[in-house]
Amino acid sequence: MKTLAVFKRELKSYFESPVAYVFLVVFLVLSGFLTFSVTQYYERGIAELQPFFFWHPWVFLLLVPASTMALWAEERRSGTIELLLTMPVTMTEAIMGKFLAAWAFIVIGVALTFPLVLTTAYLGSPDLGVVVAGYVGSILLAGAYVSVGMLTSSMTRSTVISFVLALVFCLILLLAGWTPITSFFDKWAPNWLVDAVAALSFMPHFESIQRGVLDLRDVLYYISVMVFMIFATHLVLDNRKSA
Amino acid sequence: MLEVKDLRKSFGRIEAVRGVSFTVGKGEVLGFLGPNGAGKTTTMRMITGFLPPNSGSIMVNGFNVEEKPVEAKKSIGYLPENAPSYHSMTVTGFLTFIAELRGYSGSEKTDRIEAAIQKCRMEKVRHQSIGTLSKGFRQRVCFAQAILHDPPILIMDEPTDGLDPNQKHVVREMIRSMAPTKGIIVSTHILEEVDAVCTRAIIISNGTIVANGTPASLKGQSPSGRLDEVFRMLTMDREER
Repeated sequence: MKTLAVFKRELKSYFESPVAYVFLVVFLVLSGFLTFSVTQYYERGIAELQPFFFWHPWVFLLLVPASTMALWAEERRSGTIELLLTMPVTMTEAIMGKFLAAWAFIVIGVALTFPLVLTTAYLGSPDLGVVVAGYVGSILLAGAYVSVGMLTSSMTRSTVISFVLALVFCLILLLAGWTPITSFFDKWAPNWLVDAVAALSFMPHFESIQRGVLDLRDVLYYISVMVFMIFATHLVLDNRKSA
Repeated sequence: MLEVKDLRKSFGRIEAVRGVSFTVGKGEVLGFLGPNGAGKTTTMRMITGFLPPNSGSIMVNGFNVEEKPVEAKKSIGYLPENAPSYHSMTVTGFLTFIAELRGYSGSEKTDRIEAAIQKCRMEKVRHQSIGTLSKGFRQRVCFAQAILHDPPILIMDEPTDGLDPNQKHVVREMIRSMAPTKGIIVSTHILEEVDAVCTRAIIISNGTIVANGTPASLKGQSPSGRLDEVFRMLTMDREER
């Protein structure tokens, strides 16, 4: 119940400020542009959403930290964290409310790309299983990004620092498993090491879900990233010295 | 109602609060005095469960703040320093959020919100977003959230800071009207406030209590019988050291 109250307030606050609209418009325009112009959705002549999902790790990289940077940093800067944490609410309830709200906000953005699914279904007969897996993978990836962004937001009072840190953390987590990077390291680092680092990365798990294989291990990977980041946020907030 | 025992808190090597103990009963308005940086805000933050103490215990309405934080927080209404609130929300929206966090729903929720709005005389601005309000109104919004659940214990950190004389008067009137049924702590560095609303005062300096008594008995400690002189006498030389 308390989690729901925090969730509602947080989600509403996106739409009470211009943040939500800027985010949604930029997200939709950017993913439309990249899908149609750069990955040449039409020219491929295949009814699939791969050219669309391909961009999500990169588009999220920029936009998710922007939408999570205020989660705790703004509460700390304005002092409202003192109100929130002196309410009869546990830290876990407060964190979960905020995390789920920020995630739900990204999910709203992702859901608004539905015309693309309709277009694809009109033009041909896409494998709906792959489309659903694509969306599930994209939403899980967004959740992982949001959890990283929430952690960096809890570490500072400055939304700018929170944004930059989240971007860097997410970039590292992305690149550690991105083929161009791993193949470079493969040349001199032992294979097992490259594989182990890559397994920690968002990328291989995202790509395997995008192929239409909803493997439980990939889902568990994303859930454990989120749990870890939520736990770390809890620790950071417990150990803050003041507001 | 509220019992604080040997409270200590340090930040790194700085000892902000060193062994503070006191009690507050029903009907009491305790003035919390001291120079800036004396440890007033830190003490209040520990009582309200915002900061954990290094040692010592706090009992709120029979609940230990560290062991049963949620139960203890239910009994406290808290007005933090500078009266923070979410500026993008409307007054009603903000109070609805607080009411939900306090566990109210349905008609009880709306009744509580209405009562708080009326008590703080905010009918005119209820649909305005808080960011557009004057400082006095923002203070009242935060005051309204503190009394929304009619708490037995009310803790206010410099509730009149930065207000004009009329607004100060309103806040003091509200404190006085609630005094008989609650235990109240008011921190301030404005000494006239003590005379105006407090039944008892504690002077805190450098993290320790240097005086504890009724305003009259405190005044008696100085030859001139003036509170500001007692205040200076008790806090100045400690600050220098």
